[in-house]
Parts: sequence; C-alpha cells; structure tokens
Amino acid sequence: MIEVKGLVKTYGTKRAVDGISFTVRRGEILGFLGPNGAGKSTTMKMITGFLRPDAGSALVDGIDVTTDPVAVKRRLGYLPESAPAYPEMTVGEFLGFIAEVRGFRTAAARRAQVDRAVALTHLESVRHQTIETLSKGYKQRVGFAQALLHDPPALILDEPTDGLDPNQKNEVRSLIKSMAAAKAVILSTHILEEVEAICTRVIIISQGRVVADETPAQLQARQPGARLDAIFRSLTQSDL
Amino acid sequence: MSQIPPLFKRELLGYFRSPVAYVFLVVFLLASVGLAFFLSGFFKSNVASMESFFFWHPWLFLFLVPAAGMRLWSEEKRSGTVELLFTLPVTTLEAVLGKFLAAWAFLALAILLSFPMVLTLAYLGDPDWGVVANSYLGSILMAGAYLGVCVFISALTKNQVISFVLSVMVCFVLALLGYSVFTEFLSGFLPVPLVDVISNFGFTTHFDGFTKGIIDPKDVMFFLSLIGFTLFLNVVALER
Ligand SMILES: Nc1ncnc2c1ncn2[C@@H]1O[C@H](COP(=O)(O)OP(=O)(O)OP(=O)(O)O)[C@@H](O)[C@H]1O
Ligand SMILES: [Mg+2]
Repeated sequence: MIEVKGLVKTYGTKRAVDGISFTVRRGEILGFLGPNGAGKSTTMKMITGFLRPDAGSALVDGIDVTTDPVAVKRRLGYLPESAPAYPEMTVGEFLGFIAEVRGFRTAAARRAQVDRAVALTHLESVRHQTIETLSKGYKQRVGFAQALLHDPPALILDEPTDGLDPNQKNEVRSLIKSMAAAKAVILSTHILEEVEAICTRVIIISQGRVVADETPAQLQARQPGARLDAIFRSLTQSDL
Repeated sequence: MSQIPPLFKRELLGYFRSPVAYVFLVVFLLASVGLAFFLSGFFKSNVASMESFFFWHPWLFLFLVPAAGMRLWSEEKRSGTVELLFTLPVTTLEAVLGKFLAAWAFLALAILLSFPMVLTLAYLGDPDWGVVANSYLGSILMAGAYLGVCVFISALTKNQVISFVLSVMVCFVLALLGYSVFTEFLSGFLPVPLVDVISNFGFTTHFDGFTKGIIDPKDVMFFLSLIGFTLFLNVVALER
C-alpha cells in the first residue's frame, strides 16, 4: 500500500533523511521510532507530498506522490506533528471544511462524515467550541478526527497520542488497532510501550537511516530480557 | 477547480471571525471618506462627482491592501496549517485562487461599503452613474492587482511584519511609476519614450481613465494580467 524507496532530504548542509526505504501493506501498523531529529517527521512529510524529496520516491497504492500528488493525498489521512488546525473555526466547522474538500459535497454526506469522526474521537462536548480555546489533548483529537474523516486506506500519524491523557491514549490506540485490518498505518511515537501494544512492525531510524526494520518480537529478541528502551539506546548510539 | 469554493468560504469566514476584519473595514471607510472630505473638499467642489473620493484610492491601497494581504500565506506558514492545506487533495493553483478570490471579495466589500456616499450625491445632485460604476470597477480591479502583489510576497515569508513592509514598498513603486509628479521628474533627464514605458507600468496611469468614466480594454488588461502574473509567481513560490 505504501512503498518508500531511497528517500533523501537535505536541509542546507544537513542530511535529515538519508536513503530510507520500506513498505507497509494493508493490515500493518508500522511504528516509526527514532531519537529527536532522526528524520521521522521529514520522512512523513515526503510521503504525504508536503515536501519534495531530493531523491527517491514514495508510492501509495502504486501512485508516485511526485507525479500525481492529488491522487495520493486523496488516499491518505495525515495527522501532522502538533496537529495544526484553523484556530478561529469551531470543531464542527473545521471538520465540515475538511469533509467538503475531501469530496463530501452534499450537506447530508458532510454531516454524516463529521458525526462519525466526532463520535470516534469523542469530540461531542467541544463540537461548537473554537479550536483556539481547546486544550492540547482536544486539539490533538481534532487533528486525529480530521485524518480519519474520509476513512482513508492509508493513515500517516505523526505522534498521534502526544498530549493525550492515559485514558485517551488507550482509546486512540484501540481505535487505530480496530481500524487497521483494512488500512496501512504508519505512526511515529516516542512511547515504546505503544509499539509493543499495537504495532505489527517497527522501524527505528537514526540520523536519517533505517537501523532496524522488524517485528516487535524480533526487536525484543535482540537482547532477550532487556527493556525496549535499552535496545533502542544501543541501536541509536550514533545519535548521542 | 471544484476545490475553490470550500477554500474560498473558509478563508472568508476566517476574515469575519477575527476583529481585524472589522477594524480594517472601519479604517478603510474612515480613511477613504475622510481624505475625500478634508483633503479634496468633497462638498466644497460643488459638483456631483465621486472623483475626489476615488482620486485617493491608489495611495490608500498602498497601505491598506498590504495590511489585508500580509497574513494570507505568512499566517498559514507560521501556524503550520499550510501543512494541513497542502496534504489535502487540492492543487497549489486551487489553493492560491481560493485564497486570492476570498481576499479580493473582502476588499471589494470594503470598497463598496462607501456606497452611501453615492446615495448622498444622488440626493444632493445628479451624478453620472456610468462614471460612478466605472470608477468602482476600476478601483476593485486595481485593488486586485495590489492584492496579487501582496499575496505573492506573503508566500515568501512566515513573518507578517516583513511581508507588510515589503508589500508596501513594492506597491509604492507601482503606484509611483504612473504618478504625474514622478514622471515629470523622470522626463527631466530621461528620454520621453522611456518615461512613457515606465509610466505604463504605473497603477495611477491605468486607474485614471476609470475615474473619468472611460473603460479602456488596455487598462482592464493591464490589471488582469498583473493579477495573473502575480498569481503565477505565487504558485511558483509555494511549490518551490
Ligand atoms: N525546515 C527545516 N529546516 C532545516 N532543518 C530542518 C527543517 N525541518 C527539520 N529539520 C532538521 O531535520 C532533522 C530531522 O527533523 P525531523 O523533524 O524529521 O525529526 P523527527 O525525527 O521528527 O524528530 P522529533 O522526534 O523531535 O519529532 C532535524 O535535525 C531537524 O533539525
Ligand atoms: Mg517529528
């Protein structure tokens, strides 16, 4: 479903992403790990067509994002890091706008889509509140609602549980898990338990390169008995 | 192009949700009407004409259009919503047009809110309605051309202050090029044909005809092609 081949991105003299390749099939939840500044967000921005790669390509459903960006964007739901949204709109208006741009042109279709997303992410209580007045966790949920509003075949989530309370973290994890059967999901996170809890595969990147691409069980098997964060540390040593 | 209406609606809603829009409308009205009354003697002239009102528009727009246009892309870049917008299934051209048309509609509203002045004229005297209509048309076209410049410049920076200052400078040059005092000064040391070419790029050169009731297709084309050109630059700047 998502195929990434040799992506490279350089900012000035800094190689943020240095030849990353992997594929994600439907039904997989890929956990994207790496220290701060490893290049996770940059990679996601290239897959979603926000940044143009300096080299390499990203394909979604067999479509190259540089040749037909709009077709790729239609198939993707994307939650950018820190969940940007238009602050002056209410949650309902904002999701309505997203639904309209996503092609739900009749008021009824739009409403159905927004209702569904609001229910899934528990936003009923703030539906008529403007986004600038929301707490961080609610803002994050609005970003999540926006990403899954059109029930896309592929989801790219940059730190989806960032800023959520423990209950909501669990809620979002089980939501992702329940949707994943029919979708390809990439999520980045700094929470290693999250990887154990829901990911079917893990990629660890360090300084823009993939240093591990395996199942959580295989990752654990590298150092039986060790905690995941110890394994993470030894794999990303060069970043320190 | 079917994506333009939702983008247009969202942008326009954004204007009216912030106090900036109302402050802008009031300042615009006070300034445009004030200049006509106090500097040009709207009533003292004893002719039922709006000329003294429209006379100031090229100079007024110099500050007010950059004030309305500075936030357009700068704000999206600063708040990160640009990442949301460009990972939705819209092309850069659609995004640029939606934004530009909304801002232009807002400026047109600001200009048309001066209509009570025309009604006053009609009550006191017998204005030439053709001239009035042409003046409004010219003013709105000219506002569009100024706006094109400002929207383009706002795509270059995430800093609204830089965006404003640069826009005022560029608009000032464009207004000055056609200003009679400036062209007379130029013809003191430049050959007349060259001065003509230079003044041909000036906004006042092309605006004056409208306020005298003449619609010259060349003037209309000048403003429209300037709008087209700046929108093209805008798309290039965003896709960079
Ligand atoms: N616009 C930019 N200009 C210059 N450098 C940038 C830019 N964006 C990112 N970088 C650099 O690219 C590198 C990778 O950044 P990226 O945001 O992809 O990291 P990350 O893995 O998402 O980190 P985090 O875990 O903190 O979110 C970092 O060194 C960062 O400083
Ligand atoms: Mg990141």
